[in-house]
Amino acid sequence: MDTQNLLQRKGRWKLWEIPLWIAALASPLLLASHALIINEIAIVALFALSLDLILGFTGVVSLGHAAFFGMGAYSAALFAKLVMPDPLVGFAVGVATATVLGALCSATILRGTDLTRLMVTMGVGLILMELANKLDWLTGGADGLQGVIMGPLLGRFEFDLYGRTAAWYSMTVLLLVFVLARRFVNSPFGATLRAIRDNRLRAMAIGIPVTSRLALVYTVAAAVAGAAGALMAQTTGFASLDLFEFHRSADVMLILVIGGVGWLYGGITGAIVFKLMQDAISSITPQYWTFWIGLFLVILVLVGRERLIRPWSWLKPGKNGGKS
Amino acid sequence: MLTILFDGIAYGMLLFILAVGLAVTMGLMNFINLAHGAFAMVGGYVTVLLMQKLGVPFLLCLPVAFFGTALLGALLERTLYRPLYHKPHLDQVLFSIGLTFMAVASVDYFVGSSQQIVQLPEWLKGRTEIGEGALMLGMGHFRLFIILVCAALTVALQYVLTKSRFGSQLRASVDDQRVAAGMGINVNIIFLGTFAVGSGLAGLGGALGAEVLGLEPSFPLKYMTYFLIVVAVGGTSSITGPLLAALLLGIADVAGKYYIPKLGGFIVYSLMIMILIWRPQGLFVRKGGK
Repeated sequence: MDTQNLLQRKGRWKLWEIPLWIAALASPLLLASHALIINEIAIVALFALSLDLILGFTGVVSLGHAAFFGMGAYSAALFAKLVMPDPLVGFAVGVATATVLGALCSATILRGTDLTRLMVTMGVGLILMELANKLDWLTGGADGLQGVIMGPLLGRFEFDLYGRTAAWYSMTVLLLVFVLARRFVNSPFGATLRAIRDNRLRAMAIGIPVTSRLALVYTVAAAVAGAAGALMAQTTGFASLDLFEFHRSADVMLILVIGGVGWLYGGITGAIVFKLMQDAISSITPQYWTFWIGLFLVILVLVGRERLIRPWSWLKPGKNGGKS
Repeated sequence: MLTILFDGIAYGMLLFILAVGLAVTMGLMNFINLAHGAFAMVGGYVTVLLMQKLGVPFLLCLPVAFFGTALLGALLERTLYRPLYHKPHLDQVLFSIGLTFMAVASVDYFVGSSQQIVQLPEWLKGRTEIGEGALMLGMGHFRLFIILVCAALTVALQYVLTKSRFGSQLRASVDDQRVAAGMGINVNIIFLGTFAVGSGLAGLGGALGAEVLGLEPSFPLKYMTYFLIVVAVGGTSSITGPLLAALLLGIADVAGKYYIPKLGGFIVYSLMIMILIWRPQGLFVRKGGK
């Protein structure tokens, strides 16, 4: 096999992926009573996918990714309320505003250490939350933005109470973004991102324009997060301050880490596991489920994800460190 | 005017005591510990519960809060934190967020989610006013007490850090761990001691600040940002940096909330982002440090 083929093989569609996606698209029909949670999983998966682009593929630690999620959600909801109720146009508006915000914020993550980036991304999230809280004539403040009525999708499919249309809508967007993201990370551009993640200094030395690459990937990730937020607002018909909360940024990081960082299916796997786990735990102890999430995080980090999903390796003497 | 400055300084001093442990551990071990606020919360709850349930006087509670939290810190350092020193920052962030979530939920479960009230002794309740008009200085006695305690602690810390043998060993370990170990300094013990004292100070800060900052289970999440701002802006190579950053933050926050209440925390966050874009390593960084 020649080298070109070898390099390209990683980016090709595998045989098992096609039935997987067909099953995913059919799931709102097969599990009709669970369409609401399928919709939620698809949205969270999309959100985690966007974090993966900057965290997994570029190595930028961010604790404020909810800023873009909330931005997309609020602008889509406001657009539907004030301008027109068509979902697709509203979706485009949500993505566009999040993209602009991402482009502006990308200036903040270019320099400094991990700590600086954590602080700056978190700060942006908090500023947006303050803004959404204070501009109550526009956003409804702490009560949330109510009275959002969505028009039918493509002029045809009404959003129903059981969430079937919503689930299909989100699933389709997830699939489209996934295909695009896959092309994106497997392109030469994606390869330069991984070079930046692995060693920034060397990447600079071989002539990769690190600053512009970082800015661009941050903007793209913001756009995807905005898409997830817009879906969230449109399918629930509601936007609240909760969208900007710190725990949302932390949750999405957890989701990504459960599923695996730097792997496009990581966000999706993590979203499924996390949502089902959240559903199960919060039905047992609704108030204290954060305790179990916290415990899970601590164990996950101490044991290491690689070993946690391979129980047979627990008894063997661990190779310390390992991949992380 | 002066009153606001005074309140800002009291608030800043409190933030400094709360965050100084974080600054030192972060500089020493390069460990991003988002769970630092949880230690402060433990200190606060120890004080509140001791006072409410057992009727222990306030002044006696402060050392108990300090030593109790320090002990807890030492215990956790030995068992949980140590394996993570050489892990990537992502793992550390996840681990400490997890720990914070657990602390928040446990306090909620055992004590309840309502805000706790500290009954201050009589002699700390009053208020003295000096001067008149725009230059009037109103000093709450408790805030004055906070400033005095925190100033004394700062001087003591500075003294220990610059003059004592432990201080020079600590500074050597911060500057270069491997060389320090090569010179025969037991870096592990230094780590343990520093972590314990840092947690203890956080606990003491939590006990002092319970009345000013408000004590409820979401305390660690609410003030985590503030501690991190102090550390990120002040830098981790000295304790004067965090001190100045904490004072700046305290005054900016109190003044901002007083003059432009509509903007809330907006000013502080924007200020932080601008400072960090301008100087990503922090405002007060020594030349030639790491």
